[in-house]
Amino acid sequence: MSDAVPDQIYFEDIEVGDSIPELEKSPTSQQLVQWAAGSGDFYQIHYDTSYAQDTGLDDIIVHGALKHAFLGELLWRFAGPEGQVKRVQCSYRGMDPAAQGRESAQEKKFTLRGTVTRKYTEGERNIVELDIEGVRDDGSVSTPGQGVVVLPSRS
Amino acid sequence: MADQEFESAITDEMRALIGVKGPETISELTTTSVRMFARSVGYVDPAFYDEAVARERGFRSLPAPPGYLGTPIYNPAESDPTFGGRRGGGGFRSPYPLVLNGGTDIEYTGEQICAGDTLTSATALASLNERWSGALGVPMLIQVSETTYTNQNGKVVAISRGTGISYPRPGD
Repeated sequence: MSDAVPDQIYFEDIEVGDSIPELEKSPTSQQLVQWAAGSGDFYQIHYDTSYAQDTGLDDIIVHGALKHAFLGELLWRFAGPEGQVKRVQCSYRGMDPAAQGRESAQEKKFTLRGTVTRKYTEGERNIVELDIEGVRDDGSVSTPGQGVVVLPSRS
Repeated sequence: MADQEFESAITDEMRALIGVKGPETISELTTTSVRMFARSVGYVDPAFYDEAVARERGFRSLPAPPGYLGTPIYNPAESDPTFGGRRGGGGFRSPYPLVLNGGTDIEYTGEQICAGDTLTSATALASLNERWSGALGVPMLIQVSETTYTNQNGKVVAISRGTGISYPRPGD
């Protein structure tokens, strides 16, 4: 498991082109049910295989908004306890499966990554913009997006 | 397959809804709802679970994880039984029965959003477009909705833009 609270990173330590620490997820049917309760979205395509197949899908799929929340967690961890998440944007370009039954959750690994694209100061706020993405086990990107965080300064 | 011809499902009545704000929705954040959301994402940061830690970190109470803008107050008379929000959202109803989420964009103003807050939101349809899905062999209607969230002190805390994709059941 990752550190509960990562060490604080500061605006001065960031350069355009830097990769930020990755976050790894392994969505399971249990997590999708937890998300249904946590978010209030009880659409059956996320936990009922035959319902999902009746709508033309191969199987149950991870909620788009859960992938957005994963990217939010990636940015929350990057911004650290003194930083702030300002924006989380992503597109759902493809379906992502969740592990079920006896499958190992590792078989459905979903990795969140980010790269710094811009840093600037606006008033007293130190702003960092990033390209972010959710990546499947085979390396394909299903969930590209952009994020903005505010970081503290060393000075 | 992108050139496949299909009959447009967009009517003048639907276009007339663009920019028109729907009814307000009231959403609550409680310590339990914040913990539930954070747990479902998989957060291990104690700030989402332990109020003392949250206060040490400068929050009024447990902070809302990114993506959580409260839970709409559920009322069977007007709430959607599947999605929990107000039935019909911003007044727009797609003619297609099946829906997929196309994208989410949430911008925060910097105001804290914490357990104990009550957010009022209103959604307006921002745009309507159509395209053919080669993968499913059906037309898709793509709607973008914009929702503004205001807290109990009248401060805007976030603006979200959601892309919804609706389509007919393949084979129908």
